[in-house]
Amino acid sequence: MSLHTKSIAELSKGLANKEFSSVELTEHVLNRIQTHQPSLNAYVTVTRDRALADAKRADERRAAGESLPLLGVPIAQKDIFCTDGILTTCSSKMLANFVAPYDATVVAKLSAAGTVLTGKTNMDEFAMGSSNETSYYGPVANPWDIARVPGGSSGGSAAAVAARLVPAATATDTGGSIRQPAAFVGVSGIKPTYGRVSRYGMIAFASSLDQAGVLAPSALDCAYLLEAMSGFDPNDSTSVAQPVPNYVESLSQASLKGVRVGILKEFFAEGLDPAIGALVHEAMDVMKAQGATLVDVSCPSLPLSVPTYYVVAPAECSSNLSRFDGVRFGHRCKDPKDLVDLYKRSRAEGFGAEVKRRILTGTYVLSAGYYDAYYLKAQRVRRLIANDFAKAFESVDMLLSPTAPTTAFKIGTKHEDPVTMYLNDIYTIGANLAGLPALSIPCGFANGLPAGVQLIGSHFSESALLSAAHVYQRETNFHLQVPAAFS
Amino acid sequence: MSSVLPNGWEMVVGLEIHAQLATHSKIFSSAATAYGAEPNTQACLVDLGFPGVLPVLNRQAVGFAIKFGLAVGASITDRSVFARKNYFYPDLPKGYQISQYELPIVAKGQLVVTFEDGSQKTIGITRAHLEEDAGKSLHEGFKGQSGIDLNRAGTPLLEIVSEPDMRSAAEAVAYLKKVHTLVRYLEICDGNMQEGSFRCDANVSVRKVGQSAFGTRCEIKNVNSFRYVEKAINYEALRQIEVIEGGGTIVQETRLYDAQKDETRSMRSKEDANDYRYFPDPDLLPVAIDPSWIEDVRASLPELPDAKAARFQQEFELSAYDALVLTASRELASFYEQVVDGVGRAGAKLAANWVMGDFLGFLNRDGLELAQAPVNAQALAGLINRIQDQTISGKLAKTVFESMWSTQKSADVIIDEQGLRQVTDSSAIEAAIDAVMTANPKQLADFRSGKDKLFGFFVGQVMKATGGKANPEMLNDLLKQKLSGQ
Repeated sequence: MSLHTKSIAELSKGLANKEFSSVELTEHVLNRIQTHQPSLNAYVTVTRDRALADAKRADERRAAGESLPLLGVPIAQKDIFCTDGILTTCSSKMLANFVAPYDATVVAKLSAAGTVLTGKTNMDEFAMGSSNETSYYGPVANPWDIARVPGGSSGGSAAAVAARLVPAATATDTGGSIRQPAAFVGVSGIKPTYGRVSRYGMIAFASSLDQAGVLAPSALDCAYLLEAMSGFDPNDSTSVAQPVPNYVESLSQASLKGVRVGILKEFFAEGLDPAIGALVHEAMDVMKAQGATLVDVSCPSLPLSVPTYYVVAPAECSSNLSRFDGVRFGHRCKDPKDLVDLYKRSRAEGFGAEVKRRILTGTYVLSAGYYDAYYLKAQRVRRLIANDFAKAFESVDMLLSPTAPTTAFKIGTKHEDPVTMYLNDIYTIGANLAGLPALSIPCGFANGLPAGVQLIGSHFSESALLSAAHVYQRETNFHLQVPAAFS
Repeated sequence: MSSVLPNGWEMVVGLEIHAQLATHSKIFSSAATAYGAEPNTQACLVDLGFPGVLPVLNRQAVGFAIKFGLAVGASITDRSVFARKNYFYPDLPKGYQISQYELPIVAKGQLVVTFEDGSQKTIGITRAHLEEDAGKSLHEGFKGQSGIDLNRAGTPLLEIVSEPDMRSAAEAVAYLKKVHTLVRYLEICDGNMQEGSFRCDANVSVRKVGQSAFGTRCEIKNVNSFRYVEKAINYEALRQIEVIEGGGTIVQETRLYDAQKDETRSMRSKEDANDYRYFPDPDLLPVAIDPSWIEDVRASLPELPDAKAARFQQEFELSAYDALVLTASRELASFYEQVVDGVGRAGAKLAANWVMGDFLGFLNRDGLELAQAPVNAQALAGLINRIQDQTISGKLAKTVFESMWSTQKSADVIIDEQGLRQVTDSSAIEAAIDAVMTANPKQLADFRSGKDKLFGFFVGQVMKATGGKANPEMLNDLLKQKLSGQ
């Protein structure tokens, strides 16, 4: 078996047993990145020197007797996480010159865990998009069909993992930005509970929804990274002071016996590609065969997720992105004639169309006279959606649905129609609005393209979700499929 | 209070006071708050609004706000919320100020203000909320550009909003001084107006006496001394009356006071005003305040100015106004109490006169802080004791005090050195009187023929003869006897 198809558990074992060194592994990974970057465009920045230095240090630490599970394992960071001394662009022209002066907590934690940083992955500009087409650095290709999108906003991380350029990558999820790409490229992705992972150093899109997570081939791989990333951070007031379970260890006793899985009625309705519906039903059968009880569940407010999200997220984004004003960092227009000109042109030139659309929408819904009708009402609906979920979790342990209504679409086909694009997140947004953990795992192929099934859990039930996914992946091999061009 | 306005008009004033809280670090970051550092040396990534950074609330700032709330009898909101106030300005790094909007930490309090004539008025406090200060824009010396100093960005502020309860500039100043006194008592703000630690905006409108509706108000920004607050408000009220009487209407606007020209001028009108698009800051959780925390703060409150003034009135038999002046700051009140300790309860009134009179007068004259005074409480008590035991007269004491101020010697040393000990030996005084009477036969005859006014002449002459040291009461008595020929 070649190095790039090994799971994190296998890599960890191989490094520990000196079957290969981190430097060897990292060189292999860097070579693959170099080979496939032109066709995939998964990275914005490849940090070759940094990666080799990290790998060398990891090998030295291993030699000195250290045995952290991730010591020497290469990863990629979504370009939304600040990395000290390294370009951090959020895939925006606005930050095309921004070298972060500090590490995000996620970056610092993964460094402390001994991972090797291979680079920063491409994404939708400021994480606003569902196809990775809004990136200033150009679209990312789906490894299963390079004419298609990898989903978004974490498209670069998803494509890199699917093509096995890197064993795992960080990602962020504000309305589905981990799970929808995971489904589109056939990998596993988890968005933990809001507050589980620190947001410090993660460039904010919509602060009350943003949450960092992982993309990796399997649920077990995800568990390794999530364990290293999670935990309370005094620099993030919204991170939660709850002990981090040993996710990896919990999977060794994974079982679906007696687990009540709720089938979300609203998410099997009109708009779902029937081929995906069929695959999800097959996944339900697998889980049932493993001892799960399937229960029909209704969350009547859930269909309001999309409109609610497209008020709340733009509102927060309009304020969060005000700091990009051309004064202290980032893009500044040439020869501003006065302050207003500096603001207007720097922002007009620095932001792409989708970012501007959301800033405008957000500014509108917060304006005097519209606040109550939009922002306040959306917050009330958000509360109803959270209540629906809470009620559902009184009778089931987790909820199951398709991750996205379609498989990956062709680059350029939805770009001009934002509303159709927004509907791609219809099944994923609810978990963000309620702050719930959710994951997506591959459940087969519809017309040759990967499809995903989503599991949503109650707050801090990541172990249960990962366990269910792990049991499913013990019985299936969809997560082990690698697109032929990258195998 | 008397009004400076023309007959038939009254003004309505409300104040928004910004008190910088004396925390060591900023409200949402760990950068230092000390004043006067090199530009941009006390601003960390959070203060600079860098991508990805997040605010973390300073617990001490919350404790200070609770302190203030309790001191003005307000309720402390058990779940207050931080909101973003969105607007673009270069000294506002994030493009929004973190403030409080719908749910401020301190709601509904009041302060009783005492005026010089002893009358009192209760001023309502609508709310007080926590927020971060902005940086400073420096418009001079950068050749067509502006300099931005973000040292002040993120310094905690308590914005104290009054009800429109004041009806004159003097009332507004009295209220402002009261708040100033209070925040310094509580040690939550250093009160330094020059450095901008204590600033105030005034909302001013005018109306006809008897009219219940308020007139259109104008907000006067950032007036940085008590004197200017008074002048700015008076100027603004008179300006508004002039506009109205000239057939015009007042436009709601923000105005800037120019101390040099003593006038206010328009800064921006309501139409140009920003829509701040307030919404709850999703980076900060609501501030839930445990009742036990409030009780801990309550237990730690010092004796407050009102209570202290009431005690001074009662214990030391002072007038309401004297008690107010002496309790204007914790330091002054403590100074006064130390003087009383040194002179005894019986000398409390005399001590009050000395502290408020010569002592504060000299401090003012020399522009000194209390702590810098060359005469300390013990020394002042030493002087007052010499008056009380009749070693020197009150009048001579003023000369002694002046020497004490310039030489920092004790009253006793100066009295001895200058031989100022009062003459209380009646035979010595009688001898002096006899000599004066002999030397001034004409005046003596005139006095005895009914020119009572000449009594003062004889007092003066005898005092002169004794070098001012004759005990005034003895001199009076003896002179009366001698002059009447007894």
